[in-house]
Amino acid sequence: MNTLPHDSLRQKLAAQFAEILDSAYILTREEELRPYECDGLSAYRHLPLIVLLPGDIAQVQQIMRICHREQVPVVARGAGTGLSGGALPREDGVLLSLARFNRILDIDADNLVARVQPGVRNLAISEAARPFGLYYAPDPSSQIACSIGGNVAENAGGVHCLKYGLTVNNLQALDVVTVEGERLRIGGAGLDSSGYDLLALMTGSEGMLGIVVEVTVKLLPIPERAQVAMAAFDDVETAGQAVADIIAEGILPAGLEMMDNPSLQAAEDFVHAGYPTDAAAILLCEVDGDNEEVSAEIRRVRQRLLDSGASEVRTARDDAERARLWAGRKAAFPAVGRISPDYYCMDGTIPRKHLPRVLSEIAAMSEEFGLRAANVFHAGDGNLHPLILYNGNQPGELERAEAFGGRILELCVEVGGTITGEHGVGLEKINQMCAQFPPEELQMFHAIKAAFDPLGLLNPGKAIPTLNRCAEFGAMHVKAGDLRFPHLERF
Amino acid sequence: MADIAAQLQDRVRAAIADRRPLRLHGGDSKAFYGNPVQGQPLDLSGHRGIISHEPTELVLTARAGTPLLEIEQRLAEQGQMLSFEPPHFGGGATIGGAVASGLGGPRRPWGGAPRDQVLGTRVLDGQGRILGFGGQVMKNVAGYDVSRLMAGSLGTLGILLEVTLKVLPAPPLSRTLILEMDREAAVSRMRELARQPVPLSGACHLDGRLYLRLSGSEASVNAWAGRIGGEMAAAHNTFWQRLRDQQLDFFQRDRPLWRLSLAAATPRLACEQEVLTDWAGAQRWVYTDLDADAVRAEIAQHQGHAQLFRNAGTLDCFQRLTPLMLTLHRRLRQRFDPHGILNPGRIFDD
Repeated sequence: MNTLPHDSLRQKLAAQFAEILDSAYILTREEELRPYECDGLSAYRHLPLIVLLPGDIAQVQQIMRICHREQVPVVARGAGTGLSGGALPREDGVLLSLARFNRILDIDADNLVARVQPGVRNLAISEAARPFGLYYAPDPSSQIACSIGGNVAENAGGVHCLKYGLTVNNLQALDVVTVEGERLRIGGAGLDSSGYDLLALMTGSEGMLGIVVEVTVKLLPIPERAQVAMAAFDDVETAGQAVADIIAEGILPAGLEMMDNPSLQAAEDFVHAGYPTDAAAILLCEVDGDNEEVSAEIRRVRQRLLDSGASEVRTARDDAERARLWAGRKAAFPAVGRISPDYYCMDGTIPRKHLPRVLSEIAAMSEEFGLRAANVFHAGDGNLHPLILYNGNQPGELERAEAFGGRILELCVEVGGTITGEHGVGLEKINQMCAQFPPEELQMFHAIKAAFDPLGLLNPGKAIPTLNRCAEFGAMHVKAGDLRFPHLERF
Repeated sequence: MADIAAQLQDRVRAAIADRRPLRLHGGDSKAFYGNPVQGQPLDLSGHRGIISHEPTELVLTARAGTPLLEIEQRLAEQGQMLSFEPPHFGGGATIGGAVASGLGGPRRPWGGAPRDQVLGTRVLDGQGRILGFGGQVMKNVAGYDVSRLMAGSLGTLGILLEVTLKVLPAPPLSRTLILEMDREAAVSRMRELARQPVPLSGACHLDGRLYLRLSGSEASVNAWAGRIGGEMAAAHNTFWQRLRDQQLDFFQRDRPLWRLSLAAATPRLACEQEVLTDWAGAQRWVYTDLDADAVRAEIAQHQGHAQLFRNAGTLDCFQRLTPLMLTLHRRLRQRFDPHGILNPGRIFDD
């Protein structure tokens, strides 16, 4: 075996960590490191210097003290399902896996909270709370695999955000280990705390400000009933208008999802959800609440969808049909994975009213780049997931897919949206950050980072680009409505 | 409707040059809250006007000096509301003040606090720069969440110029039920209800009476009202508004008023001598003969937070931050306001 880079540093650190951790939890050999070389964004890979699997908070603190003293970068990793390369290791840094922090510490039904370790899977919290009639609301599609610590790092969303909020809205407290190895309690037992809202700042900070070692989440009572309607549309524009019409009706759906023809076809072929494969787009609209309330609302939703031009509206007759209709949506990504060797998932958010324009421009770009795209849309909250289909074995296709994706994100910024709704910036979208933010804001982000991590050891190089990088990337910052020469056609 | 951001920017630059701190205020309806600030008053109420409200996007953007009343009226015309039910106190409250104070009203456990609905901000920082964070969309994880950090920071990290908020459909029906019971029975009843999918939007106990507000569809509210029982209050809105704005007799005493934030089911503590219990147990307004250190020690034991909300006298309004927390707070403030001119001392000493 060839010697890995930085091998003397590896050996030196391994000896220090051996005083804290059992050797089984210190990985240094190439075949042990290989599984950690990437997260859910497999286009980027680096072998970490060393992988550590601590089992308690005191060990995390000791590890951080050593890394701080030796000035070694640390990348924290949960389940590794992230889609933006946030947990991509560094060849000169420690990969800190929280996988062994997998215990649910307490379900406090009287106070509607659960205290869990960061490696606990999202869905496991709801499963543990179910006997109490409670659940944890945010439900990213990867919820069977993704960990709550990763959800905090990314401020994960899901299909029920419009009504129930994001991770940041469903947290009560965090325990964090700082870069110096100090333990910090953020939030408390009550709803409000004194001082700045560091809970909000920490949520979505992509492992740049501290290591989350314990999470207290809020739990909600399970609604008495949920019911879903599926509507088919002959064109995407009508479907987009139907979404606005439902909101205008004063209905706040628990979930409101759109799929375009390529994605609904792929999903139908994969899980046989019963989608009409000749539709240009379908909407899934779920309402939840009391029995009587749901019956009344689903009738209103049905009528509204028909009045808004749906060619067909189907309401799930029972829980099995409801589960089937959702299964197609939740399996949309793997379904697209079946029809293309590779796909690249984007995550822009736009004001909903711009959906028709954005989709038609994506279609034009698809022609231009010679790559197919399938669109999945959290229509209720404006979060768009275009999936760009490509073949990584064809020279140049990955680069074309990335260029296509970059253009989609810049378009999202141009219409007043954002480059990432829920997947995070990570390494993947770091160049597009230059299009989203002017230099002063980026400087402020670096200043915030420095307040927590003066040496820049926590997940360095992710989430916030340096100004030099932006200059090199040459992105034009576009402030909404302040585009130069707005009359020019751009794509 | 006026945009005075440029004038405000000049005032900040002058304050930097003269090294004279500013005391920020909008309607000044919350002047009683927080530690006193020595500084030149800077009136932000002139920077006002709703910039956009798109009912079908569920998003509203307004200049920070816009009166809350104006925003609430505009939303009500479209059947929408601010779900955090911000207090107006004596009147004149602005949306900027509501966000900067971070205070939520009786609906807080179900509708969230201002921080939960803030989507974006434009901020004038302590170097006189105008910065934009967040945006106009519900989901946005690009960069740190500075907009939510602004909520509750009482102007010590920057002057809010504009805020963009998520707004929600107003429930078609609200009803208030009153049940006679003592405080302990009330807290256990509130917790029992909070664990079920009851359409609660308020749960408060005062003077032997439990007040429950139900908000939602007619079918749901009526069904739950029947199940819960009690007496239906006639003019139900009056109580909740007087609670929100602290106009009830309970709040009119000329002695220190404590605000305790605790796990909702926490049993009555020694310091809770006279108490109004709100937020289904999670917020308690208290008058006590115990001294401040004793109150804070007791609350800390329960991992809660205690604030001296009114009539603090010379005492610190806020719970002391741990040394590590204080270091982080000071560093953050230093980044946003390196000259220390924005509301110095309002939350902690620089």
